[in-house]
Amino acid sequence: MRKIPLTPRPPLPQGERGSKKDNLLAPLPLRERGWGEGYKQALLALLLLIHGAAIADTFGYPLEPQQIAPDTYVLEGKTEDFSRKNGGYIVNTGYIITADGVVVIDSGPSKRFGEQQRTLIEKATGKPVIRLYLTHHHPDHFLGNQAYGEIPRYALPASKQAMQLEGEAFTANMYRMTGDWMRGTSITLPDKEAKAGTETVGGHQLETIALSGHTPGDLALFDHTTGILFAGDLVFNNRAATTPHANIAAWLTALEKLQSLPLKMIVPGHGKVAQDKAPIEQTRDYLQWLSATLKQGAANGLDMNEVMQTPIPERFKAVALAHSELQRSVSHLYPALETDSLKPAKQAE
Amino acid sequence: MTLFRLPACILLLIITLGNPVSAAEQSGHAPADPLNSPQWGVMHSRFLNGETYVFDDKVKVLAPDSAEDSLNVPITFDASALQGVEKIVVMADLNPIPGVLEFRPKTIPARLSFRMKLQQGSPVRAAAKTADGVWHVGGAWVDAAGGGCTLPSTGTATGDWSSTLGKVSANVWQRPDNNRLRVRVMHPMDTGLASGIPTFHIEDMNILDESGALLAEMTLHEPISENPMLSLDVGKHTGFRLEGHDNNGNRIDAEVVE
Repeated sequence: MRKIPLTPRPPLPQGERGSKKDNLLAPLPLRERGWGEGYKQALLALLLLIHGAAIADTFGYPLEPQQIAPDTYVLEGKTEDFSRKNGGYIVNTGYIITADGVVVIDSGPSKRFGEQQRTLIEKATGKPVIRLYLTHHHPDHFLGNQAYGEIPRYALPASKQAMQLEGEAFTANMYRMTGDWMRGTSITLPDKEAKAGTETVGGHQLETIALSGHTPGDLALFDHTTGILFAGDLVFNNRAATTPHANIAAWLTALEKLQSLPLKMIVPGHGKVAQDKAPIEQTRDYLQWLSATLKQGAANGLDMNEVMQTPIPERFKAVALAHSELQRSVSHLYPALETDSLKPAKQAE
Repeated sequence: MTLFRLPACILLLIITLGNPVSAAEQSGHAPADPLNSPQWGVMHSRFLNGETYVFDDKVKVLAPDSAEDSLNVPITFDASALQGVEKIVVMADLNPIPGVLEFRPKTIPARLSFRMKLQQGSPVRAAAKTADGVWHVGGAWVDAAGGGCTLPSTGTATGDWSSTLGKVSANVWQRPDNNRLRVRVMHPMDTGLASGIPTFHIEDMNILDESGALLAEMTLHEPISENPMLSLDVGKHTGFRLEGHDNNGNRIDAEVVE
């Protein structure tokens, strides 16, 4: 750092500095700066301090358990995209208090989240967590796993494989999008294979339903005892469905299966808990519209940006992030469709 | 002395923090960059030869706000609202290779869609030069997780590029105003920035009608995505010939009929 002269210098003759107005607005020559420089540095330091204090959050997620049955709770995230403000808390996680201990569904977007979620659950229920179910391999659903190191962690084989394959890239991107909320987060894989079927855990009859469509492995957990379905990201409620690993045909089949369950309540992966099947219907409607829009675009020779401009139908106006998810979905799903719309040209010899 | 220097310093600080437009742009005649890019000055001198320009809403650049796939960022430019467009230069200020493409329409509208690789979030601009010698500049800011330029192409990584090199597939859609031509040319389009993989990309491509008249010329640079996919508005034409070369001298030559 440059030294600041401690002794005041004699004032320069008037002519050398220009008018008084210039003196106020224009930077002084470097060698000319005396004590004023000290003030400037102090002010800068002060500003940095204030700025620093504003972003040096405690990184506490606003976790508020929402009781949806006598022994079932949901932590509802915002229907937003990842940001430094929400720290990735854009996802629903839940827990069921059984006679043997607590069953947790999804561990959230970061190590900090998993830790805070587990602390809250064990404090609020006075019971230990006995197992963790991971609905699928997307980062907002399993990056809190580190907090459950000694707890059995159940996932479908396809989910585990995808976590292994893509987990590192997800984590890097989450650091980019949410910043310090991610501190210390690394991949902890599931260690138990979730098998389709029903099993009684501490008095709750829990059915693991193995599906796919949103991702290659989508686990839905249906609690026959309470009639509550934890649908993972197979169901979105007033939040546009995301498609980076989607197979829409398989997804629609999965939704039919969920539709057939004798359920009383749905916990979607994103959006509000519902007492009816409306979110299943909305997700199905949105996916069918999306699929038709993309197919029609390819059949009419549109380029990606032109499809991205498609207006969102009135009935999806309440669906958060519909426009940006349409943009993303075009990137995910359009290339295969448009390739099908081309024919080989006649190559010259 | 101290008394008047203190407010001067605070003022300076406020000016410095609050107004990112450079002093040169404040005092000079150059219009302020609506995308506020640190590289605009360099782009201007390098790609527009320092010539007269205006930021002009008539040059539209369509792109997603955020690049979902940094290897395939869809870009559409449309300068068809301007008369007498001689060429359009596309550039991405913050890309390691900022030059993307040059399009010289002869008898068809100055509108083109393609995909590009982005190494990080960047302005993507299209500058259209009209007959009076003025550049009309439009642009969009695309956020990106990045890495698009330093990855090997899929073709090179899997080794199967040579079996499809230069193969063209296409289709023509008849429309009331302008027919639509979509063309895909198989090519790795390696940037040279992936370790041990030399630059290998299509350099030039011409689109002609069935009688051999030139409709448009294109110069492609490294950031154009692998297996370039182009969409053009082509007037009433229904038959085309596509000719071009890559930087290793391989020819592209194909006939497209509806």
